[in-house]
Amino acid sequence: MVLSIRSRARFYLPPYCVPALIFFPKTHSISRNKPKPPAPHCHAAGDAAATVLGPPVSEKYLYKQLKDGRVFQVEYAGKAVDNSGTVVGIKCKDGIVLGVEKLVTSKMILKGSNRRVHSVHRNTGLAVAGLAADGRQIVARAKSEAANYEKVYGEPMPVKELADRVASYVHLCTLYWWLRPFGCGVILGGYDRDGPQLYMIEPSGLSYKYFGAALGKGRQAAKTEIEKLKLSELTCREGIVEVAKIIYGVHDEAKDKAFELELSWVCDESNRQHEKVPDDLVEQAKAAAQAALEEMDAD
Amino acid sequence: MAWQQPMDGSHASGSKVAAADGPGTQRTQYPYVTGTSVIALKYKDGVIMACDTGASYGSTLRYKSVERIKAVGKHSLIGASGEFSDFQEILRYLDELTLSDHMWDDGNSLGPKEVHSYLTRVMYNRRNKFDPLWNSLVLGGVKKGPKGEEKYLGMVNMIGTHFEENHIATGFGNHLAIPILRAEWCEDMTFEEAVKLVEKCLLVLLYRDRSSINKFQIAKITTEGATIYPPYSLKTHWGFAAFENPSKGAVGSW
Repeated sequence: MVLSIRSRARFYLPPYCVPALIFFPKTHSISRNKPKPPAPHCHAAGDAAATVLGPPVSEKYLYKQLKDGRVFQVEYAGKAVDNSGTVVGIKCKDGIVLGVEKLVTSKMILKGSNRRVHSVHRNTGLAVAGLAADGRQIVARAKSEAANYEKVYGEPMPVKELADRVASYVHLCTLYWWLRPFGCGVILGGYDRDGPQLYMIEPSGLSYKYFGAALGKGRQAAKTEIEKLKLSELTCREGIVEVAKIIYGVHDEAKDKAFELELSWVCDESNRQHEKVPDDLVEQAKAAAQAALEEMDAD
Repeated sequence: MAWQQPMDGSHASGSKVAAADGPGTQRTQYPYVTGTSVIALKYKDGVIMACDTGASYGSTLRYKSVERIKAVGKHSLIGASGEFSDFQEILRYLDELTLSDHMWDDGNSLGPKEVHSYLTRVMYNRRNKFDPLWNSLVLGGVKKGPKGEEKYLGMVNMIGTHFEENHIATGFGNHLAIPILRAEWCEDMTFEEAVKLVEKCLLVLLYRDRSSINKFQIAKITTEGATIYPPYSLKTHWGFAAFENPSKGAVGSW
């Protein structure tokens, strides 16, 4: 039923697809003193993508893999993820908690807009780190895959299968010169027959199953914090507080002033449905996180 | 799976029969497994809906534990009479619809009016393709509107006729239950009164409709949500004098 990725790509030009480069060098120029060619037209992602995807120097095009095996465009896409607000996901004993440090760039932005955590099916959620517009595309695709699976097989899509499909889709965009990689990484959490599961998919298409995962600016610090937690004994209620503490702890007060905390969970308490954590629990978690921060500062 | 096809829940164009129909193909269907009447009325707290739990296969009362009333989203109940498999398909469309609505997570949810509108479109478009969903659907619910909590009760049938009323009955109920409802329904009945009225109609249908069985389900929808009660039976009375010696005055050929 599933067409091979190659045949799909050959016949269909996805509407989102952006030709990442217009300029083609006619010959391999040995001289390094050539004047720099104009920046490529990037319709969807705008100027941000031009900087992320790097200057159009010949050896940094997507279709060329250098002698050391690196594909530059994929690495540059990863940089977009690394510069975004922190996204944390943990697998507790009775479910998954996803948390996002949503950096608020302007005071004019309405609270609650620019959602970073999306429901992809009844029992699965996706948290996006990186270019938000790219993330929307991945979410749309994941929703579509999950809906189609249920239509065909009559049961909700297993999380493993969904992670696989999303990873294939993200990877697809690293294979052709006329596509650019997604500038976003995604943490997918869901609860199905095999229990709660957490997957992280990177812009290269790599996807692993995790106990705890983090993306974005504060990922190193967040990962250290997650490793300290005893996840197999944590319930989701406690997990929410831990995630809030991690995100508050990792937030850089100096560089980015305001941020909104988006928390969602899938657990036994939420009837195995993916939903935003109820407001009262979020407030409790925030209060606990702020208290923990003050304690740390007081030391 | 085509990349360009939007996989949204409203894509209920239904019939997968190819557009190119040859001269020998038929489009009209016959219903096979059918449910009989559904009765619904508005009462003080919301809407009450009732039907029996039977599905007939022609003249055989084949399935006796069929749930023909289901909750849709947070605000509505749907009841169906007619072809049961088409009802199951409609439930699947509604499931897709409510799921994609739920995933938006923007504080809005589909109310009974919206669902009724959607179903009307689906039913009418299918009938125009000569491939109807052979059902009469009853849609009831309560949702907060500009004038506060608004109760809604409507019906759509297989040819797309739709209307909104204070009391609805489908199938045989149209002939047997509607007169009772018209005479005895009033605004703001309590739950107990509403149940009594509904049971009166169901009893008449049990006596007179050959495809109904003595196992009923009542469901209600209020601001708190939908409740579908477990099935139960009604007491019937057969001790009439005329039934005692039925062949007494009969004229036979031998």
